[in-house]
Amino acid sequence: MVATANNGGRQATAALTPYAIELKGISKAFGPVQANKDINIAVPRGTIHGIIGENGAGKSTLMSILYGFYRADAGEVYINGKLTPIPDSQSAIRAGIGMVFQHFKLVQNFTVLENVILGAEDGPMLNTSLAKARKVLGDLSREYEMDVDPDALIEDLSVGHQQRVEILKALYRQADILILDEPTGVLTPDEADHLFRILNGLKDQGKTIILITHKLREIMEATDNVSVMRRGTMVATVKTAESSPESLAELMVGRKVLLEVEKVKATPGAVVLAVENLRVKDDDGIERLKGVSFEIRAGEILGIAGVAGNGQSELLEALGGIARATGRITLKGVDLPLVGLAANGQTRRAAGIAHVPEDRQHLGLIMDFSAWENVAFGYHNDPKYQKNAVFMDNDALRADTERKMATYDVRPPIATLAAKNFSGGNQQKIVVAREMEQNPDLLLIGQPTRGVDIGAIEFIHKQIVALRDAGKAILLVSVELDEIMSLSDRIAVMFDGQIMGTADPETTNERELGLLMAGVSGKA
Amino acid sequence: MNKLPQWADVVLVPLISLLLAALVAAIVLLAIGQSPTAALGIMVKGAFGSANGWGYTLYYTTSFIFTGLSVIVAFHAGLFNIGGEGQAQLGGLGVALVCLALPWPHWTVALLAASLGAAVFGAAWAAIPAYLQAKRGSHIVITTIMFNYIASALIVYMLVDVLRPAGQMDPASARFPAGAKLPALSDMPFISEFFARMNPDGTPKLTKAGLQMYSNVPANVTLFIALAACLVVWLLLWRTRLGYQIRAFGKSEAASKYAGINPVKITMIAMLISGGLAGMMAINNVMGSAERLLQNSAEGAGFIGIAVALMGRNHPLGVLLAALLFGFLYQGGAALGLNTTIPIEMRVVVQGLVILFTGALDQMVRMLLVWVFGFGRKAVA
Repeated sequence: MVATANNGGRQATAALTPYAIELKGISKAFGPVQANKDINIAVPRGTIHGIIGENGAGKSTLMSILYGFYRADAGEVYINGKLTPIPDSQSAIRAGIGMVFQHFKLVQNFTVLENVILGAEDGPMLNTSLAKARKVLGDLSREYEMDVDPDALIEDLSVGHQQRVEILKALYRQADILILDEPTGVLTPDEADHLFRILNGLKDQGKTIILITHKLREIMEATDNVSVMRRGTMVATVKTAESSPESLAELMVGRKVLLEVEKVKATPGAVVLAVENLRVKDDDGIERLKGVSFEIRAGEILGIAGVAGNGQSELLEALGGIARATGRITLKGVDLPLVGLAANGQTRRAAGIAHVPEDRQHLGLIMDFSAWENVAFGYHNDPKYQKNAVFMDNDALRADTERKMATYDVRPPIATLAAKNFSGGNQQKIVVAREMEQNPDLLLIGQPTRGVDIGAIEFIHKQIVALRDAGKAILLVSVELDEIMSLSDRIAVMFDGQIMGTADPETTNERELGLLMAGVSGKA
Repeated sequence: MNKLPQWADVVLVPLISLLLAALVAAIVLLAIGQSPTAALGIMVKGAFGSANGWGYTLYYTTSFIFTGLSVIVAFHAGLFNIGGEGQAQLGGLGVALVCLALPWPHWTVALLAASLGAAVFGAAWAAIPAYLQAKRGSHIVITTIMFNYIASALIVYMLVDVLRPAGQMDPASARFPAGAKLPALSDMPFISEFFARMNPDGTPKLTKAGLQMYSNVPANVTLFIALAACLVVWLLLWRTRLGYQIRAFGKSEAASKYAGINPVKITMIAMLISGGLAGMMAINNVMGSAERLLQNSAEGAGFIGIAVALMGRNHPLGVLLAALLFGFLYQGGAALGLNTTIPIEMRVVVQGLVILFTGALDQMVRMLLVWVFGFGRKAVA
């Protein structure tokens, strides 16, 4: 009851100003890095406000300040027109702010109900809280089209449902302002559409929503206003209806950006890679890849679409010699070993397969190694990097690295800098340079632009198309549908370890792909 | 977030850690009613004040270089080899078997053969834990510790039942043949001048106390092998393909798998090299000094090697300097016990403090420095 009174009180002050949140002159530095510089932003009540910017533009820092994770070096936060200091996240919750993180903060083996009351229990005994939460949850679910079984365990829920639990958690804590950090990264297009319907419902109830994303399409579809951040500063706040993806991209990057990939029609040649009935089991003996077969021809890009975790990683690992597999892989008519000592990254590279792994920081790079050491990674047996039988030719390697850094515009172009000191996009450029410059017959490339800023995306896409035009076969795995649709010459959609169907990027649409991604066979 | 400049990380952090250790040691000394400055004076004089002192300091240093290098090679492969002590004891067994096998014609031949024996036995002792780690996932820290105990028991058995000459009372091997005697530093051309008992004019050299110099120092030609080993390990780790793979594997096993680096192979090779280096310590103590195999021949040097590697920042040059420091602590500590009423245990306390501050509390000093440097930068700006 007290909570309702609180809520009422908040609404009483609300009448004074049209803004749910106003940030004035927020600055925050981490050592020499100025993450936020004099940020001003006003979010009108009852709107969906997008915040967009490249990686490292300062979006997350700004929201962390608003949610009490960081303290700003300077600046003021006004909630509903009232100066509200937010020293910790408890104060943020009290001020009516709820946050849905990119990586959910849910206890996997608790029920939905238990997760919702966690940290908001009314007393030492749980019964009363659980009963109250059950009732509130029922009301909220009906109101916002968010049906979630309150007694289901989190681990049994789909990612989309887990996200709804996070939203319910915030609403249960009386949040009026909801911040969502990259909410659609793990969702199918259908789930994302549902999320936006929920958000619109919340907006209609007078809630204010801040949507952080790097996807221009979502901004265009879902938001009323959008603020663009670049290098720690707020460059513009515009009405979404009065802007375009092109103009927003230009604001983000600070120059004109080509959003569409320019490419001519593919002229596929002979079959380079043939995969038959490929199966992979994980360490627990569970089959993750359940009999996949496909072919890729020379001069062709096959795009594998699908929600993360449906066997794409295992497919790349089996092809790259990392995971053991059964079935058959032939490269230019030659069978590749799938088990035993001969199935490893070295023999795959020797056979002509280059591999840009999905997780560059975990697999593709040694983060503590310098750029030049990373350029030899996987190719350390290459004769051109050897001085003699014993020693490596580090000078040649450094020279080679500097040449690659220049060609691929890696910044800063310092070969001796450790990989961890480059930005995500430049780290990816190092990996892409290393793999593409081997001039492989087949390039495996997973999530080529994950965590990469728009300028670098454009560059990497161009390189992929150039490699295709040079007559190479390319297997592209990405969870970004836009990327799959604009780059691929053919699309295969994976679901639950199998290929659900194939599509022609010229004729297909997101709806058809989305159904396949959700395991519904579109053509049946 | 904030990063220290490299010179501060490499030079300042260990130096401040050492000073802190010395400070606490001084407090302990004051607490037991002794003068810290006098104690330090005796330690420095005992370790570096005479040719004889140098002879012992360098002897300890030589052993610590080998065990320190042993630890860093394994560590660069992401493996924590705590079994240096056992591997060094087994190396001693290898040295003894080689030395006793033949009436060696010249020490150089004997040294080559004994080095090989020491390395092979030390490596073999490391091979079993390495195999268990690589193939079965048994944690190498646990297995190498266990193998230290097994090594001691094995050596006792060998000394009592196999190597002990008939009629000898103590559990030790026979004395090595004269052909296997390594030249001490005091026997070597040029260097012997420093250790010589005679002045060039034929009169006996006297110490300041007026005593005749004792010429027989334990430091021996193995010191130069240890120095060479530093260089070889550096070249191995940073200039060869094998070293590249060892370091990559140590940094990220997952990424190494992506690159096609065989984890079993690298684990085995790194541990064989590590065990071989620990085993080679035996040519210093068993062949160069004791000239027969005794019980517990490694005398804890295997464990000191861990501290040496930590303080030496996993770099061969750092190992060299840290080994010298610990050589000083060993010899200086002995002088302390010999010349003062300070209990000999004090040397263990001082070593313990150095290990505590340079090894365990190293991060504390670094954080402090990061703060100081950050503050300095802000003040300038």
